[in-house]
Amino acid sequence: MTTTTDHGLAGHSPRLSQGLPITTPNRKKFNGSFAVRTLLLLLAAALTLGPVLWTLSTSLRSPSESFKLPPSFIPWNPDFTSYGEVFKQLNIFLLVLNSALVTGVIAVGQMVSAALTGYAFAHLKFRGRGALFSIVLATMMVPVQVTIVPVFMLIRGMGLSDTLLALILPAIPTAFGTFLMRQYFMGLPAELAEAASIDGASPWRTFRSVYAPLAMPGMAIVGILAFNFHWNEFFRPLILTISEQNFTLPLGLVSLQGNLGTGSISVVLAGVVLSMIPALVVFIFGQRALQDGLTAGTGK
Amino acid sequence: MSTTTPPRERPRRAAGRASTTTARTHAASGTSGASGAGGRTTGARHNQRWLAWIFLAPTILGMGLFTLVPIVASVVLAFFRWDIISAPTFVGFDNFSEVVQDPTVRVSFLNTIVFVVVAVALQLGLALALAVMVQEKMPAWLRVFFRSAFFFPLILSAASVSIFMRYLFNEQFGVVNWFLSLVGIPAVPWLTTPGGSAAVVILVYVWQNFGFSFLLFIGGLASIPVETYEAAAIDGATAAIDGATGWRKHLHVTLPLLSPTTLVASVMAIISALQVFDQPYVLTRGGPGDSTRTAVMVIFESAFQRLEFGQASAIGVLLTLIIMAITAAQFRLSKRFVFYQ
Repeated sequence: MTTTTDHGLAGHSPRLSQGLPITTPNRKKFNGSFAVRTLLLLLAAALTLGPVLWTLSTSLRSPSESFKLPPSFIPWNPDFTSYGEVFKQLNIFLLVLNSALVTGVIAVGQMVSAALTGYAFAHLKFRGRGALFSIVLATMMVPVQVTIVPVFMLIRGMGLSDTLLALILPAIPTAFGTFLMRQYFMGLPAELAEAASIDGASPWRTFRSVYAPLAMPGMAIVGILAFNFHWNEFFRPLILTISEQNFTLPLGLVSLQGNLGTGSISVVLAGVVLSMIPALVVFIFGQRALQDGLTAGTGK
Repeated sequence: MSTTTPPRERPRRAAGRASTTTARTHAASGTSGASGAGGRTTGARHNQRWLAWIFLAPTILGMGLFTLVPIVASVVLAFFRWDIISAPTFVGFDNFSEVVQDPTVRVSFLNTIVFVVVAVALQLGLALALAVMVQEKMPAWLRVFFRSAFFFPLILSAASVSIFMRYLFNEQFGVVNWFLSLVGIPAVPWLTTPGGSAAVVILVYVWQNFGFSFLLFIGGLASIPVETYEAAAIDGATAAIDGATGWRKHLHVTLPLLSPTTLVASVMAIISALQVFDQPYVLTRGGPGDSTRTAVMVIFESAFQRLEFGQASAIGVLLTLIIMAITAAQFRLSKRFVFYQ
């Protein structure tokens, strides 16, 4: 009991026995510092958003104007030729299709497998549960670069070299997703299962009709995180795919940049903008979920 | 006992923490749970046990095949010479000694260490300063705007970011040099000199990743109650007379209370920085010279360009050992501060 509430800080911080949320320490008087602070924050925001806005505006200039300085941040008369050019130079439909297929299957696969595994770890009893869960968690610490050589061999051995399946299969088992879903299921009362079993539901039915629907928000977080990560992934596709017809978007973009050399910036940037659109959609609709998912388990 | 976080959270964590021990207790007590009929319960339990394995199968089999087996294989492979074409030959520790003496590998590990130190320091400093500023009094919509702005780069792919950053840092027509010229600074050869390239790789990496540490700090700050500051004010730590007290308040109250968050944020930042690849690969391909070659880039090059799979594995094992050492240090340091599960 005590060990769970006391995370070592209780000794020197009275706050831990108070438990009140804070955001704003009370400062009653006039703050000249408010202006300074806001200015600094605005500067920082301009630095994070500026490069992206520049990318967008430059992609809307005509290829011949794309080098012009000073940069005009507002494209008064947008020129979409660069976008047309991207479609000509790059089989962007195929790249988007590949990326969407890989990312979509991984996301759905992770949602389903993590929900099943998370539920088993949270509510089912079996021998070695604790030990197995520790092993699953431990795999989170192994960097992908360390296992990539054997994974590459394994993929070759399975005859999956240079296929989209090579990208999908190894990415579906997810330690982090399992961890998230286990947390989520543990937040759902075990009494639900008891009630369901009194009503005569089988354990499978209990999961399928009672727990899984309730865990949808958790699964959404797993899916959104998986989408964001794998849509942007570069390292594994670089190694596991060889032919351009199996490239995903980030690879295609880098190759587009290579083809053009110092050619037209606006064409490359148009490609970059196109690749950002799905990320933007996820950002707009899933920002909260993404933030919660990313910081989950960090003891925040 | 009154709790700090919502009470619902606590028991869950408690159960999670003790999962190894509770698994057995649950199994025992679970029997007497719902139904009275003894025979039926044992049947249900039995049923549940194999159901659990079916639930676990996709993840556990997949992890075994694609993570656990490769880890073992990687370690084994580090002791062999193998180019995929001819049969592997056992060479003992040769790969390790060759790798350790290889100047490129040495430089790349050194680069990685310098990168980690500078990038992580910048990332954490920036994130902490911004988080503290955002958490002070300001209109809610403005706070939401700043949070989103700092979080935004995280959702982009490192490859696309590196692509547009390459243009921004171009010596002749890059916008960065154009801005510098406005204040009279002559064009900086960002991507064509070793120092410039290293700086760009660090800046681009920090630009994209500080938002993550920022989120962690926001979470940490949100758990410091107002009372602490009031108590500190009474004690005289914040006399609240002039602006300077703000700094003292943060130095003496915020910073110590934020130490658990800082620890977690720094270790996560270090582990991810040790694995940097996308940015240097797209921005500079490791050059000029070896100036921006990182440990992971060397793994990639020796395996997939030179087909020296044994050496690549040896480098990978070395990198893992470094990461494990840091993580172990973290576990020792943080045992008292942070919950795991």
